[in-house]
Amino acid sequence: MALQLDARGPTGPAPGRSRLSRAGRLSRIDAKYSPYLYIAPFFVVFAIFGAWPLAYTFWVSLHDWDLLGSDPTFIGVDNYTRLLADGDFWHAVVNTLGIFVISTVPQLLLALWLANLLNRQLRMRTGWRMAVLVPNVTSTAAVAIVFGVLFGREFGMVNWLLDLVGIDGIEWKSNRFASWVAISAMVDWRWTGYNALIFLAAMQAIPRDLYEAAAIDGANRARQFWSVTVPLLKPTIIFCVIISTIGGLQLFTEPRLFHSGTNPIRGGPLRESQTMTMYMFENAFAPYYNFGYGSAVAWLLFALIAIVAAINVLIIRRVGSGTRPPRDARKGGFR
Amino acid sequence: MSRLWRASPLTYGALLAAGFLSLFPIYWMFVVASRSSDAMGQLPPPVTPGGNLGANISRLFANTDAYFLTGLINSAIVAATVTFSVVLFSSLAGFAFAKLRFRGSNALLMVIIATMMVPTQLGIIPLYMLMTRLNLNDRLPAVILPALVTGFGVFMMRQYAGQAISTELIEAARVDGCGTARIYWNVVLPALRPAIAVLGLLTFMTTWNDFLWPYAVLNDPENPTVQLSLRALSDGYYQDMSQVFTGTAIATLPLLLVFVLFGRQIIGGIMEGAVKS
Repeated sequence: MALQLDARGPTGPAPGRSRLSRAGRLSRIDAKYSPYLYIAPFFVVFAIFGAWPLAYTFWVSLHDWDLLGSDPTFIGVDNYTRLLADGDFWHAVVNTLGIFVISTVPQLLLALWLANLLNRQLRMRTGWRMAVLVPNVTSTAAVAIVFGVLFGREFGMVNWLLDLVGIDGIEWKSNRFASWVAISAMVDWRWTGYNALIFLAAMQAIPRDLYEAAAIDGANRARQFWSVTVPLLKPTIIFCVIISTIGGLQLFTEPRLFHSGTNPIRGGPLRESQTMTMYMFENAFAPYYNFGYGSAVAWLLFALIAIVAAINVLIIRRVGSGTRPPRDARKGGFR
Repeated sequence: MSRLWRASPLTYGALLAAGFLSLFPIYWMFVVASRSSDAMGQLPPPVTPGGNLGANISRLFANTDAYFLTGLINSAIVAATVTFSVVLFSSLAGFAFAKLRFRGSNALLMVIIATMMVPTQLGIIPLYMLMTRLNLNDRLPAVILPALVTGFGVFMMRQYAGQAISTELIEAARVDGCGTARIYWNVVLPALRPAIAVLGLLTFMTTWNDFLWPYAVLNDPENPTVQLSLRALSDGYYQDMSQVFTGTAIATLPLLLVFVLFGRQIIGGIMEGAVKS
């Protein structure tokens, strides 16, 4: 009944319409135009503070543009050609990719394993989930400082533990690879549980009779995991990989606060763990305030994220495409 | 229910190990925060709380490099404002996209989803220039303005409104003479309450935690957010680590508190979002 009345309103030009009451006309205008009012705040704010800066970054990157910006000169792609010949830039690219790889791969594998553990009949279900998620809700800056101390050279707890098993102290801050490992540990500590919960949600959507069928066919638990769970999780894995790529390549707070002391924006005296965002920051803000050059770094970072995300998706599509279960089963798994 | 789903002692053992690794750095942060500054030079490192917390706190708040109290107040202001705004605008837009029909809605929704893919931090240089132009550098509005809306919030609200609010209910309200604004206020908003709680919590935590943009735009050391206070503390010339750790602990406390109180909702929100997207 209600539906019918309403359906007639906007569409049918009934004869009585022309003598509509003022309230009726207003309500028609309201129904037609008010939705734009409701979405307007998002688009207005996003246009000013989100879309415009992103596009303008590109425009700035084509200029010789400093802090005062009184007379920016158009120099075309000069900033980019300079960057491509800039050793420190490539150093930062390698650092970023290195930290990204040695953090993301173990992180997602651990998250899969953790999700698999959580996907059982557990006592205190919520308690376990909260325990693995709590690192994710801490302050990044605080954690970076704490890990900076844990990975200290002389009195750090990690080196102390290594010493107990007979491994000499590692220079976590001044050895390039070691600093990557320490920062990756920080990133993994923070994000493994988060990814595990996302995997868990997807695992719970897998129909259980698939496992029973697999068990009848003689597949053991490990086989079931790799042949049923992982292939069915593929969309979710891709989702997590993309999220991790975007986040991992933008890494800033952790490496910035892992190093303290003189000129920490360089990520250590010899730029041991300076990421691309840190390099952008160093050039765009203190000490150089070279907006044009910094903007060029920003756009190349953007390009790198797009490239790495695309490569990741291609790889994951390939992996496990041989063990694809029947179509209808796949549909059952995901909405 | 087959044997596969039963948790073995091994499962619990592995989970205990994972839980320990998750919680230990946080626990240890509080340990050092409660000890005197020579705790950092001890081997083996201390792992039980000491009795120095009060002294550390008073030294921290008296530290003129950190402006820690200002930082706390500023962060509270920023996080509260941003949370309110994100929740309000996301619920409005989410309602419109889920339940109202208007030209171009699909295309506009695609734009919003696309914005979630683009790392907005890459615009911080023009954003900094804009704030300079508006004379907002070193002031809180510079931190607040760019965070007033998020594509994620709109998308999440749309997903939730789509399934939580029946179209019949809205039609009925219309027949009874409700304008769209009243429908939003009296029908939609109450129905969205659980999603509002989750979005509010997530937004509060992200905003409280933000570092990069405040670091870029708030250069005045006397007017920091709490995360910038931590940076000032840890970059200091000589480091009184127990004081620094008192700072990190206090800066983390609101987040932990929110998590202890609303952990179930937060977990639910993360898991929902994952499957539905």
